[in-house]
Amino acid sequence: MPELDPAAPVPPPLIPTSTLEPVDLVAAVEGPEEAEAERAARRGRLGIGGTAALSWLVLVVALALLAPVLPIDDPNESIASIAKQGPGTEGHLLGGDGLGRDVLSRVIWGSRATLLLAVSAVLLGLIVGGALGLVAGYFRGRADTGLTGLFDVLLSFPQLILAVTLVTVFAGGGVSSTRRMIVLILALGVVSIPVLGRITRASTLSWCQREFVTASRAIGARNRSIIIGEVLPNVLPAMFSIALLGIAVVIVAEGGLSLLGVGIQLPTPSWGNMIAEGRSDLRDAPYIVMVPTIAIFLTVLALNYLGDIVRARFDVRESAL
Amino acid sequence: MILRRLAHLVIVLFFVTLFVATLTAMLPGDPVDAIAGFASPEQKEALRQDLKLDDPVWVQYGRWVGNFVTGDLGNYYSVTGGRPVADRVRDALPVSLQLMIEAQVLALVIAIPLGVFTAYRAGSRFDKGANATAFGLLAIPNFAVALVLAYYVGVRFGWLPVSGYVKPSDDLVEHLRRMAMPAIALAVGQIAVYMRLLRSDMIATLQEDYILMAKSKGISSSRVLWRHALRPSSLTLLTVAGLNVGVLIGGAVIVEVIFSLPGIGTLLYEAIQARQYIALQSLVAIIAVGYVLINFLVDVLYAVLDPRIRHARA
Repeated sequence: MPELDPAAPVPPPLIPTSTLEPVDLVAAVEGPEEAEAERAARRGRLGIGGTAALSWLVLVVALALLAPVLPIDDPNESIASIAKQGPGTEGHLLGGDGLGRDVLSRVIWGSRATLLLAVSAVLLGLIVGGALGLVAGYFRGRADTGLTGLFDVLLSFPQLILAVTLVTVFAGGGVSSTRRMIVLILALGVVSIPVLGRITRASTLSWCQREFVTASRAIGARNRSIIIGEVLPNVLPAMFSIALLGIAVVIVAEGGLSLLGVGIQLPTPSWGNMIAEGRSDLRDAPYIVMVPTIAIFLTVLALNYLGDIVRARFDVRESAL
Repeated sequence: MILRRLAHLVIVLFFVTLFVATLTAMLPGDPVDAIAGFASPEQKEALRQDLKLDDPVWVQYGRWVGNFVTGDLGNYYSVTGGRPVADRVRDALPVSLQLMIEAQVLALVIAIPLGVFTAYRAGSRFDKGANATAFGLLAIPNFAVALVLAYYVGVRFGWLPVSGYVKPSDDLVEHLRRMAMPAIALAVGQIAVYMRLLRSDMIATLQEDYILMAKSKGISSSRVLWRHALRPSSLTLLTVAGLNVGVLIGGAVIVEVIFSLPGIGTLLYEAIQARQYIALQSLVAIIAVGYVLINFLVDVLYAVLDPRIRHARA
């Protein structure tokens, strides 16, 4: 696991979003060369890439929210005549899947479940991990030792394996869709706690050495108001940029969990279970797998790019590490 | 320093095994029902006696650790009785290790030259192209690479078999043909990580005085790059390659399932599908303990290889 310790001898590596490992944004580009995203952010603008990324995310979120009122088919209605009929079929832009369900409708409805899971899990990690990280970084001492130890233990499982284990134990087999979703959110939330906790702790440590924190202490402000009023606002950008990548990681993880049979449960469509289901038709109808795969790719790409921009904008590298 | 790390290792191993050992106790409802729901009441009673689930947690933990280190990984339970998990793990473990090693080697073989070259020609068109590609590759999940390869290379063009496994000792060429797609699927993300890391690390190294010194002595640039500059950067690469094992393990599980490779990932998948919780427990333990040990070894190796770390901490 990458050490986010400020004293670490090695710059933390950038970890691919293709799995659940903690993503380190901070070491993406070191040295004199600036990434496109960073340069754009320095100028205070999104740039072409950033605009495209943001537009895609707005589109995806809007479609997900509006799915019930959009003029699209019922995602679970089977129409025998469009089964395995590829993109461009009359009235069905992206064709039908193996059971004759409209792929466009499923990918839009699927984004709801996938995004709900990703955002909720990361939010959970952000709140719990963030709180623990603030406490560890602010109070230091025994609390820090204990919490850092907790993060270490949580990180000593490959994260996908930890998530798979938790979901299988608490919602394996035939449980209801809702129960599976809740357990998935909790499991992936638990997995993201140490990642967000560590980055928050590191960032808190460095901000707590600033004069304004000392000044607050000197005038007798209470710890709680210093943490919330002085430290938290400064730590938020670092947390936020990691959270963006965290959402991307969870979206990918949902796909992985679905392929292992413990993702979001049918009949609720999700990007992950569309891929897992479509795998059996890969030979005759590859588009069933490719449509949600491309949706995942573009969304993850957009989130990574925006994460980079946020990081550069707030100079997370300097402040967090 | 080694002692401190060793203490840390012991503590982490303790908590990891404690978590895994208490997994069955965490099952909602009666664990025996979850482990063998199909069994008759008499069989369940026998199983309850056998697993001694009524013992205190500490006793159960001790027994579990004792069994685990002696290679007793519990049983698969079915209507016809139990079959030892260890038998299947013995065949599966080499498959997974081969897959991960081959993927890691492939990733390094491609990423190192690319990283060195893009650092040497930083800012060039090739550098920019390679960087943009790497950024894109990072957003592709490994299962996506696996599925696209399986469709195009496997089905559409029929160049490589889509599934199955051949031992390298039986037929090396056939082994490599079958491992090629899974290894590439695993390696793609790693290539991007290693390349970007090596590039940024080497750009910094190339500005050091001793590089200037080497150049001014008239040493050829390829020698400066490969002998003088790559050396310190390779340590960073080693650490990251070690840390990335977690990514690799998670990816390998999924890739094995997609390409039907009979490794630990496939066993894990089967255990999840058939709700074989005892097998799941043992498999997760093997993965987690292996991961912890690899991280420990990388840590130690790093300190041994880099005298600066050794002395700074001492």
